[in-house]
Amino acid sequence: MFDSLAEKLQATLSDVRGRGTLTEDDVNAAMREIRLALLEADVNFKVVKSFTSAVKERALGADVIGKLNPGQQVVKIVSDELTELMGGAAGDISFSSRPPTVVLMAGLQGSGKTTATAKLARYLREQHGSSVAVAACDVYRPAAVDQLIKVGHQAGATVYEQGTDQDPVKIAAWARDRAQTEGKDVLIIDTSGRLHVDQELMAELANIKKAVKPHDVLLVVDAMTGQDAVNVAEQFAEVVQFDGVVMTKLDGDARGGAALSVKAITGKPILFASTGEKLDQFERFHPDRMAQRILGMGDMMTLIEKAESAYDEERAAELERKLRKSEFGLDDFLEQMRQIRRLGPLQSLIGMIPGMGKELRGVKVDEREFDRIQAIILSMTPQERRHPELIKGSRRLRIAKGSGTNVQAVKQLIKQFEQMRKVMRSVAQGRMPDLGALMRQAR
Amino acid sequence: MARDWRDLFIVDGALPGGPDPISEAAPETQERRRGMFRRLRENLRKTRQALTSEIQATLFEDLSEETWERLEEALIYADVGAGTTARVVGELEREATAGSITGGEALTERLTELLADIARSDDDRIDLRPHPAVILVAGVNGTGKTTTIGKLAWHLRNELDKTVIVAAGDTFRAAGVEQLELWAQRAGVGFVKGPPDADPGAVAYDAVAAGLRDGADVVIVDTAGRLHTQDDLMAELAKVKRVIAKQIPDAPHETLLTVDATTGQNGLRQARLFSEVVDVSGLVLTKLDGTAKGGIVLAIAHELGIPVKLIGIGEQLEDLRPFDATDFARALVGAN
Repeated sequence: MFDSLAEKLQATLSDVRGRGTLTEDDVNAAMREIRLALLEADVNFKVVKSFTSAVKERALGADVIGKLNPGQQVVKIVSDELTELMGGAAGDISFSSRPPTVVLMAGLQGSGKTTATAKLARYLREQHGSSVAVAACDVYRPAAVDQLIKVGHQAGATVYEQGTDQDPVKIAAWARDRAQTEGKDVLIIDTSGRLHVDQELMAELANIKKAVKPHDVLLVVDAMTGQDAVNVAEQFAEVVQFDGVVMTKLDGDARGGAALSVKAITGKPILFASTGEKLDQFERFHPDRMAQRILGMGDMMTLIEKAESAYDEERAAELERKLRKSEFGLDDFLEQMRQIRRLGPLQSLIGMIPGMGKELRGVKVDEREFDRIQAIILSMTPQERRHPELIKGSRRLRIAKGSGTNVQAVKQLIKQFEQMRKVMRSVAQGRMPDLGALMRQAR
Repeated sequence: MARDWRDLFIVDGALPGGPDPISEAAPETQERRRGMFRRLRENLRKTRQALTSEIQATLFEDLSEETWERLEEALIYADVGAGTTARVVGELEREATAGSITGGEALTERLTELLADIARSDDDRIDLRPHPAVILVAGVNGTGKTTTIGKLAWHLRNELDKTVIVAAGDTFRAAGVEQLELWAQRAGVGFVKGPPDADPGAVAYDAVAAGLRDGADVVIVDTAGRLHTQDDLMAELAKVKRVIAKQIPDAPHETLLTVDATTGQNGLRQARLFSEVVDVSGLVLTKLDGTAKGGIVLAIAHELGIPVKLIGIGEQLEDLRPFDATDFARALVGAN
């Protein structure tokens, strides 16, 4: 599903190459594919309309020379335009020069406000060293206050709450005063979910805003939202003039076209992305990556950054030295494997590599395979790990028993390891081996 | 005429699929229906006011390329999806061009029919004849599972005089158990929970055991919200289902998936993956009281054959209704 646009465009424009430029017919054909892809990604149809006409203008008469084929060329134009439309560099909340900075959270029911409130609290503590309080103003949903008390504490924030019998406007004002007295840097106000067409509750939200004069109003939007995202965004923009957006549930497989719709309709930037059930799965939003995601072009940047943050440079240098001296053993291999696993579940890593989506569609990565490999290596003596060539008959049997696997598995692991060592050595010596041939061999 | 609660459920003594004599005649039932409709109308009025793209009968006055394009846009706008939209509009255009239907009203009527046909299913009732009938409720985070269970329990008790037990299987979300407990109190039904951080399978097991012991009519099992892409959590859900079947082999008798009406094309993926794991037998389309029209259920019904059984139209206990394909199709095209 994910890289179908690039492929489809390539097929649509396959005969263009010889001619050198894109004709109007070519561009029209390409625009139909783009329109469909964007609609499937839940971008609002009005946004799609204006977007495709902008892309069309740029694509017409574009030269089809250089390294890109016509399909790729159009994809690049689309991607550039999308990124531009999504906004420039990643933003952040704006801090007040006179604390507390007050952040008001708003959104529909079930969009993930309470969780986002706790995640933002944790983020501000970690990234900015702020002391954070959260205020429980969702007095309508059963047990919402209990939920914020729990997740708020987990996030290391102080929770201000007055149960569910108070008026939310009063609770918010009270919390603001308290945050000031207690010298908090930031106060985040959680509110109950409300429909954008519910006049009574929207008026209440406006009153909360009036009472606490927040520095930032954030709209929380579910990444799975369909065409209706524009209605929601328009109404909330009208009533509370929000400053930015938090996109939630981005760890699913929704293409997230709502992000584009909201940005295009209101002009407000998307500031944060919420990407999992854990409180630390919350990050700044990157417009360029979202553009790629909507188009289904993988998320190479995220992968690279993940790798960077999880990788220990000293260890890497040590490994490189070992590789050059051919001292790379199974212990080092195990260490490498653990480094990779630290990046996250392999399944999600694969999804981020452009092109892999299609190749490996439906392939389930068995994480337990790694556990088996680990068990085998840990059943070896340190000497065996450094010199796997020592492992023959009885040693092999002992290792198989010790790891709860069989002789075949031990044999195969060692064979794969030898092959890998060969590749790495030649890479370290500056020769690039034919990876494709090696992959075929390994199978 | 929208369906009544008694049309939705198959209960002892009633013929499956047959009309229920009580709901046809009794004046108090008719009266209640009117009250119900007023509520639905009020909730939907908000929706209409905010709509920006509606299909008017005037759209069909002058049939041209633009007519079909605007119709396509209206359906896309309702989240029906490009594929289903193309099929429906293509069929209508074909019939109109062939001259078998003429006039704006007839075309609107035919459009409604085409959409309702996709949404309609012979298998859209909930069988309450097993004792207890076990209903498992699953769905993505924030789609309204717990709220739906509260409302469903209330209706079963108040409309059909059933004894109900609800099970707090959402042991993951902070305060998920407390939320269901409050709903159970409001609805006046039995409530089963485990110790803090209990295994959801164990809670489901206890609830079924309690249902058997107390002779309850219905046991409804809540589960934690989960994304369909989280394999470990989906495996956990499959386990909850297996555990339920330990005491009653053909249970759960009904597995409902909640789908938020604001959900776009991802809803199809949700339904597909949840179905693979727990064999979903019906959808609950929630939050229809906003401006979203929930057109994604057409794609789900068409591609996966999973019928919508219930709709959520508000936050109060009574704001849950049996799904009616014709009413839904009318709302979708903005016809009255």
